[in-house]
Amino acid sequence: MTDALLVQHLSKRFGTRQAVDNVSFALNIGDVLGFLGPNGAGKSTTMRMLTGFLPPDNGTIAVFGQDLQKSTQAVQTLIGYVPEGAPLYGDMTVYEFLQFICAARGVLKSRRALALYDAAEKTALHEVLDQRIETLSKGYKRRAALASALVHNPPLLILDEPTDGLDPNQKHTMRALIKALSAEKAILISTHILEEVDAVCTRALILAEGRVRYLGTAAGLRTAADVPQPARLEDVFRSLTQIQPPMQQRSAA
Amino acid sequence: MSAALRPYRRPAPVLTAFWWGRVGALLDKEWAGYFTTPLAYVFLTLFLLVAGVLTFFMGNFLERGQADLLPFFNFHPWLYLVFIPALSMRLIAEERKSGTLELLLTLPIGAVQAILAKFLACWLFCGLALLLTVPLWITVNYLGSPDNGLILASYLASWLCAAGFVAIGLFASALSRNQVTAFVVGVVLSFALLVGGTPLMTQLFAPWAGVFVVEAIAGLSMLTHFDTLTKGLITLKAAGYFVVLVVVFLCMAAETLKAEKNA
Ligand SMILES: Nc1ncnc2c1ncn2[C@@H]1O[C@H](COP(=O)(O)OP(=O)(O)OP(=O)(O)O)[C@@H](O)[C@H]1O
Ligand SMILES: [Mg+2]
Repeated sequence: MTDALLVQHLSKRFGTRQAVDNVSFALNIGDVLGFLGPNGAGKSTTMRMLTGFLPPDNGTIAVFGQDLQKSTQAVQTLIGYVPEGAPLYGDMTVYEFLQFICAARGVLKSRRALALYDAAEKTALHEVLDQRIETLSKGYKRRAALASALVHNPPLLILDEPTDGLDPNQKHTMRALIKALSAEKAILISTHILEEVDAVCTRALILAEGRVRYLGTAAGLRTAADVPQPARLEDVFRSLTQIQPPMQQRSAA
Repeated sequence: MSAALRPYRRPAPVLTAFWWGRVGALLDKEWAGYFTTPLAYVFLTLFLLVAGVLTFFMGNFLERGQADLLPFFNFHPWLYLVFIPALSMRLIAEERKSGTLELLLTLPIGAVQAILAKFLACWLFCGLALLLTVPLWITVNYLGSPDNGLILASYLASWLCAAGFVAIGLFASALSRNQVTAFVVGVVLSFALLVGGTPLMTQLFAPWAGVFVVEAIAGLSMLTHFDTLTKGLITLKAAGYFVVLVVVFLCMAAETLKAEKNA
């Protein structure tokens, strides 16, 4: 079986900064892979490469066996993506926005109404379909962005911090939604909330300074670091991502 | 398991991979975008007002005693010089600033498609502004009997010239994340191409540059080519000049978008 997403030796450098350094992983339908790591770890940069926004310096990305670099647009039709901060066209109504996304995604005219209402139903957007996006609350904005990533029913979903800035209820709704979607999709989410690993993820990938520090099951994460058991995720995270100070410096001091 | 027992699943949306369809989708959105804010109406009103004022007061439209629209068209490049960069400055700069550029370019819309759609929408909007000046055309027909063929040709020439300005403005917008910068760069670039080859400018080069250089620079001027067209001489060379200008700047804008990804 071909992987929904297969990433091999992905690297990206900005000037002198190695933002992503030799990252490899695979993802399958039914998986929710949680992308964790401190600020600046390279999570968003990786996602931007996976969605064809940034070209990688090195490495390959294959979605259902199709190479992203070779057939960018064909692969992009298989992906639903919500960028960091969920940017939206503020002066459109939710309905107009989703219509545009449907058209741009090439959803057949005869299927647009169905696709649009299906996505709006999943994300509970009915009430605000005719409201300008600018005037929506953050929770609704986030859901509008998610709906736009769902209209073409993509098998691969990439969400950059989908619960960031939401209130506890909205967070809960968003997680429940991601879980419900995960049955028939491969999902990649990034987050700073460690409980989300337990709540929604089946697998976890911890990134620090662009490098993979942990890749495995969400359950196995607790025992991944050299910390006293039973461990709190926080301690595991800190232990895995903290930059070790160079030994010589310490002994010199 | 028999088919009848399978739970009902909604059919997946059927996708088409139609290159121009995607351009059309973005074109629709951009076009509608002009009219969601009052800006477009302010812009159109201002354009008509300024065009009217320039034509009647500065162009001696009535005193000339000639029933034609030449003074009107002569002002067009100068109007475009300010109005079109103002219209095009937000096209990409704004999307870059608000982050929607990432949204746009991760849809299956390539840089070329995005540029083309935005160009067409803006150019059509300029066409609308021109169309709204048609009452002036009717007026001259009421006052006398102008050469309507020439006027039609001039309208087409003016619209073609507008395409050049839009392409330059779009390129300027692609260079920046700041709309004001995009505006200034657009005006400066347009101005350089507008007057670059007029006698005023070529005299600057003539003393030291060779004849070829002077002629080459003269050949790059929008103004000379525009004048040729509005004289009713629809020459292939003059029309071709604008087509090439548009293609060059749109390609540069598309390359800028692609290169941005490599930043
Ligand atoms: N366009 C860019 N130009 C230069 N440097 C960049 C660019 N984009 C990202 N970087 C740098 O690359 C590194 C990784 O950034 P990235 O946004 O991927 O981190 P992140 O893991 O998403 O962080 P956060 O949790 O804060 O969202 C950072 O040091 C950032 O400054
Ligand atoms: Mg990020």
